[in-house]
Amino acid sequence: MTTNPIIELDRLTKSYGTKKAVDHLSLKVNKGEIFGLLGPNGAGKTTTILMMLGLAEPTSGQAVVCGINATRNPVGVRRKVGYLPDSAGFYDNLTALDNLMYVGRLNGIPEKDIRSRARNTMEMVGLGAEMHKKTGAYSRGMKQRLGLADLLIREPEVMILDEPTLGIDPAGIREFLMLIRQLSRQQELTVLLSSHHLHQMQQICDRVGIFVEGKLLAEGNLETLAGNLFGKDSFVVQVSLREPLTAPVEIERQLLALPGVNKVSITEGNVDMSCSTDITPDIVRFFVRSGLNVTGVHKKEYGLDEIYHRFFEQNTKKYILNEQAV
Amino acid sequence: MNRLFNLFSTGAGVPGPFWVMVRKEGGDHIRSWRFMVMLLLILFTFLGAMYVSLSNIRRVVTDFNDPDHVFVYLKLLTTSDNSLPTFYIFISFLGPLLGIALGFDAINSEKNNGTLVRLLAQPVYRDNLLLAKFYAALTIVGVLFLSLVLLMIGAGLLITGVPMEAAELFRILAFVVLSVIYVGFWLSLSIALSVLFKHAATSALTAIGIWLFFTVFYQLIVNMVVRTVLPDPASLAPEQVVIYNNIILSWFRLAPSQLYTDAATTLLMPSVRSLGPLTMEQMAGAIPAPLSFRESLMVVWPQVTGLVAATVVCFAGAYYFFMRREIRT
Repeated sequence: MTTNPIIELDRLTKSYGTKKAVDHLSLKVNKGEIFGLLGPNGAGKTTTILMMLGLAEPTSGQAVVCGINATRNPVGVRRKVGYLPDSAGFYDNLTALDNLMYVGRLNGIPEKDIRSRARNTMEMVGLGAEMHKKTGAYSRGMKQRLGLADLLIREPEVMILDEPTLGIDPAGIREFLMLIRQLSRQQELTVLLSSHHLHQMQQICDRVGIFVEGKLLAEGNLETLAGNLFGKDSFVVQVSLREPLTAPVEIERQLLALPGVNKVSITEGNVDMSCSTDITPDIVRFFVRSGLNVTGVHKKEYGLDEIYHRFFEQNTKKYILNEQAV
Repeated sequence: MNRLFNLFSTGAGVPGPFWVMVRKEGGDHIRSWRFMVMLLLILFTFLGAMYVSLSNIRRVVTDFNDPDHVFVYLKLLTTSDNSLPTFYIFISFLGPLLGIALGFDAINSEKNNGTLVRLLAQPVYRDNLLLAKFYAALTIVGVLFLSLVLLMIGAGLLITGVPMEAAELFRILAFVVLSVIYVGFWLSLSIALSVLFKHAATSALTAIGIWLFFTVFYQLIVNMVVRTVLPDPASLAPEQVVIYNNIILSWFRLAPSQLYTDAATTLLMPSVRSLGPLTMEQMAGAIPAPLSFRESLMVVWPQVTGLVAATVVCFAGAYYFFMRREIRT
């Protein structure tokens, strides 16, 4: 990993009264990276983004984007950063192309280039056929694409997308995310996405940060996150059997005797095992030797879902402990 | 002007964001239905007022008792046979509607449509947006009034064949500027309300409420309060009656429409030499003759200043609330 941060947040804090929306957030995002800011609703993702753009003033700490302090020189930052808000609106009485050209003009694109550039951008996001339609007639997915065009026409160095997949159908989401990824790779754009959808982030992010109640709980790529979190229980193997086990207790005892198996849970014909190392072959061998009819073996890899849930589990535990301490 | 232009320009012939926004806002207004409706309304009242004044113009300009009878074009704007109010009276209550119509949803509709946060994420200063909205609407109002008045002058020239005097032209242009300032007050008030209120309907109704208050209820309330607080004028000495009237007048002048009609009357009727009651001593030796343009301007100066100050206060309020506001969807 190179150390070339294009977004640098240093102990960024935003309080609303006594409530801390963002609490001493420090974060670095490198050039060309796709970073996912992951967290439930109300975690402070949008507030963080607004502070990066100089649209909200941090209570303390600072946000430096492209080497520019976002609080002191918000317009400078906005020249280099494109932002797509979670429910971006367009002027419904104008056509999509006019909307795009307006943004282009605001960004100082010379009048003679603007039409061709707007057309090219519309083609790039796949709205070439619909560019003369009024945006009032656009569907949600098309509006998101137009929003992307809106970012791209400015040729930004950093793109920030707030909940970009909200309200698009599943096929559209996949296509949209792939488009972002492709564009980011082609133009070496740094992309910061915020979402509470784990699977979607998993599809395109190089790195994610998990953000709960204004604090960054963990960051890194998926493997390191899983490793940090689950530690000894990193691997889960699920074995399905044709018939329900006749002597589950005995099987459980024998399975726990295998090196590396930490936890076994048996429900009807399914056996779940948490292991510290990948011993799937040994487990399969064990079942076969025991004369059980295995219909399926599934090695679970930790997705963000599990990571996410684990975090919440830990958090609620901590929360309960704190409550008791009080 | 050139320096001002450069301030908002990025150089190399590319207009700065301010002018881009002005252009877009202006275009939006011109294409909008509400502007069409207001335009038609003002056009019809203008035509009606002109018809009435043109049909009475012969009688008025031959009335030698009136010191203003030589000003044919001013008479066109001020003559009426009581069947219709004159044009400037029409403007005194249509102007606010025009200003409100152009400004009541300036900020909140953008916010509700989600365009505001997208717009502010562009490299634009936040105050430029407010200023652009104000400037664009005011430019349109200015062009509208100026073209109406120029049409009137042209028609008057064709119909009467009387050449125009420079003083008349200046007075009429000053009247246009005054009308634009008056509409500007209501525009900045409605923009301030659009920053303050979340829903366009709320800000529109509040603005219309303020307008109704000043046109209908304000005078009634002032009269009522004065009658209960001050003694009956019938029992007062003449000097005290003057003071009494002055008190009422100064309270009336808190209403922008009063300021506007006062100023418009003075500008369009050169013989009006004071907007308050005059005593016999002050009138002694005065010849009923028209004032010069400069003198009329001196008389209306407080009114104009008041209107400009009210506009600035509203705009500053809008600015204050808008700059502090955190924009999110």
